[in-house]
Amino acid sequence: MNLTYPALPGLLDRRRGLCGRTSALGHLRRDGNLAKKGAEIIWECLELLGVEHVFGYPGGAILPAYDAMTKYSVHHVLVRHEQGATHMADGYARASGRAGVALATSGPGATNMVTGIATAMMDSSPVVCITGQVGSALIGSDAFQETDITGITLPITKHNYLVTRPQEIAPSLREAFQIANSGRPGPVLVDITKDAQTSSCEFSWAASEPRVRRSERKSVLDPANLAAAQHLINHARRPVILAGHGIILSGAENELLALAELADIPVALTLLGIGAFPAGHRLCLGMMGMHGEAWVNQAVQEADLLIALGMRFDDRVTGNLETYAQSAKKIHIEIDRAEIDKNVRVDVPLAGDLREVLGRLLPGIQRSQHRDWLARIETSKRESAARDIQNLPDRGHLYAAHVIHDLWRATCGDAIVVTDVGQHQMWEAQYYRHDKPRTLITSGGLGTMGFALPAAVGVKLARPDAEVWVVAGDGGFQMTMAELATVVQEKLEIKIAIINNGYLGMVRQWQEFFYDRRYCSTPLLSPDFVKLAEAFGIPAFRVHTREQVIPALRAVRQQPGPALIDLQVEQQDSVFPMVPAGADLHKMIRRPTPLFERVPGA
Amino acid sequence: MPERREQHKFVLYVENEPGVLNRVASLFRRRGYNIESLAVGHTERPDVSRMTILAGVNEGAAPRVEANLYKLVNVLSVEDVTFVPSVSRSLALIKVEAPQESRHRLMEVVRAFRARIVDLSLRSLVIEATGTESKIQALVDVLRPFGILEIARSGQVLMARGREGQAAPQSSIPAELCLEHQTSPSG
Repeated sequence: MNLTYPALPGLLDRRRGLCGRTSALGHLRRDGNLAKKGAEIIWECLELLGVEHVFGYPGGAILPAYDAMTKYSVHHVLVRHEQGATHMADGYARASGRAGVALATSGPGATNMVTGIATAMMDSSPVVCITGQVGSALIGSDAFQETDITGITLPITKHNYLVTRPQEIAPSLREAFQIANSGRPGPVLVDITKDAQTSSCEFSWAASEPRVRRSERKSVLDPANLAAAQHLINHARRPVILAGHGIILSGAENELLALAELADIPVALTLLGIGAFPAGHRLCLGMMGMHGEAWVNQAVQEADLLIALGMRFDDRVTGNLETYAQSAKKIHIEIDRAEIDKNVRVDVPLAGDLREVLGRLLPGIQRSQHRDWLARIETSKRESAARDIQNLPDRGHLYAAHVIHDLWRATCGDAIVVTDVGQHQMWEAQYYRHDKPRTLITSGGLGTMGFALPAAVGVKLARPDAEVWVVAGDGGFQMTMAELATVVQEKLEIKIAIINNGYLGMVRQWQEFFYDRRYCSTPLLSPDFVKLAEAFGIPAFRVHTREQVIPALRAVRQQPGPALIDLQVEQQDSVFPMVPAGADLHKMIRRPTPLFERVPGA
Repeated sequence: MPERREQHKFVLYVENEPGVLNRVASLFRRRGYNIESLAVGHTERPDVSRMTILAGVNEGAAPRVEANLYKLVNVLSVEDVTFVPSVSRSLALIKVEAPQESRHRLMEVVRAFRARIVDLSLRSLVIEATGTESKIQALVDVLRPFGILEIARSGQVLMARGREGQAAPQSSIPAELCLEHQTSPSG
């Protein structure tokens, strides 16, 4: 049907510019305005918002949207479980910095998203979830596949909407994207009733501009606090920068580098901060916290100044709050005011966007040197090296830490690694040295097992040219391995390394340390992952010894499509050092070494 | 180890939309804070409601409660008025047994408390009282011997007193709260 359009030049120009399409599907109403079905408005908006990929699963209440989808340019990825859709959208967002979009039907489709939404909430990841809802007349009647998803997701979203009229679709969706991306990012859910999708209304992009709800609480920095922070930094003798996810979210990597180099301050990273500061830099300490290296946690405990940047003093980072960094003054720069003074009382709070605040801070920072302080950290680094598994003989065992180290060497540190949750995740954080932001994608706050494989789908679509590796344990991989089919269907070149120790390794480690080695429900039977991968048409390899690792990595990297390695690693290895939950940060359990301790059986 | 709680009073301007009360209440619920008193009502603008919330929060946690309330999209402004000189009022309707022989004494009580009788029947009457929490509590205590049949009490509403030296009285809803759709088309 060819139509001449009424005067809506702005809208049409923008559409042409974005997707090169000129045919719209609305019909002219008698008054000459462009009327569209709600289902079409969803896709109009997604196109105009620049969305390229949507991860979803169809079902009754979202069918009108799926029916309209084929007419639009947005690429839809059919997932195998809605949890996968949310992790994919999350992975896409973390790798690209742009909001990821997940789509599902009402009821079970929506509730399956809950874990992925909570994951995105805890890690400040911009995800927009669109769910179908039963017809508005049926809401509250316990209709088939009805669930109160806005009620369920209220505490795990930044905001959510129940949309019952087509007129509300465009403003709600646009506002959802704005909220997901602004300030401290996070997930937003838009629940759209079936009748809102099927009925029509006039659609105008210009008229659906999101509301300006309140004056943006701009970072009006207290000049006194700014000066106080500069003074503390200029006069510190043992300063440490604690860099978190906020650096990456704000794009403040250069400002961080400038601050560290100018004032000669070592940088400790949170798990999600990894990549915010180059691992190869002389001032990079590595990860802090429960599985942080000894020299990092010791430096934090001995510091006289902590400069916390875009991090939230999580319990996994601080250990016992009573004894945490007692001699240190603390500066906290954070966009979310609700994080300030939450866990750790700070001396100088600066609320605002990191890049902006650091930009204001830097001109008042004097060039200084902390030779003694850095030398002291270096000594403790050398002492730790004697316990480092890298420097211990493997005695024919295959250690996960060695595997990660080999993966780092084989990929020249250039891969994007998407990890699952558990021991392998900590070894990855310790032994894969990330120099660039957004190259470690991992579930930190919620610790969601099953995250890696689906998240990698989103990562690969966001960064098609990057080498993307999944590093997962045998436990977590089995939680979402159905998404292998999605990987194959989408022809995505994702490489998968399963760190297979036959246990739910991190839980086993806790049982070993804190539950008298009663390994209850942690030994784990797995399928033959090589055969499993082959059933999906994915070439796969198995590795038992250290010598086989590099050749297998080479073989996998040479495969044109997805490929998998099942790495049969040492069963009862543990992640060291470890600060037991709630213990003092400097009281960590170290890896036993024949140089210092008598190790039974060593 | 139970933390010490301190009572705080928050005045919120929120969007007048379904679900907003739930979002605000949920923020207190998930931290285990009991809301002692809650009053919600219209303001001089139809799209804005005003909430007055009294809640016991952990010592030192009030600024964070305020910051978290601010993070709710529908919340337009938050003020912790605990230490702000203010006027507070709540309303009570109290139904009391009123046989012929005690009516006279009841009338005296009502007069003394500057309350009003708003309903009268053969065996009972309904008293309306407005005032501070303590005044209403005192009235309830005095009425108890007469035989209280039913009490309905509103939450407290609070208003800051007029400030000395303020240039000109202005609307309490911050001027920058713009709820309108932007009219200028950007496309």
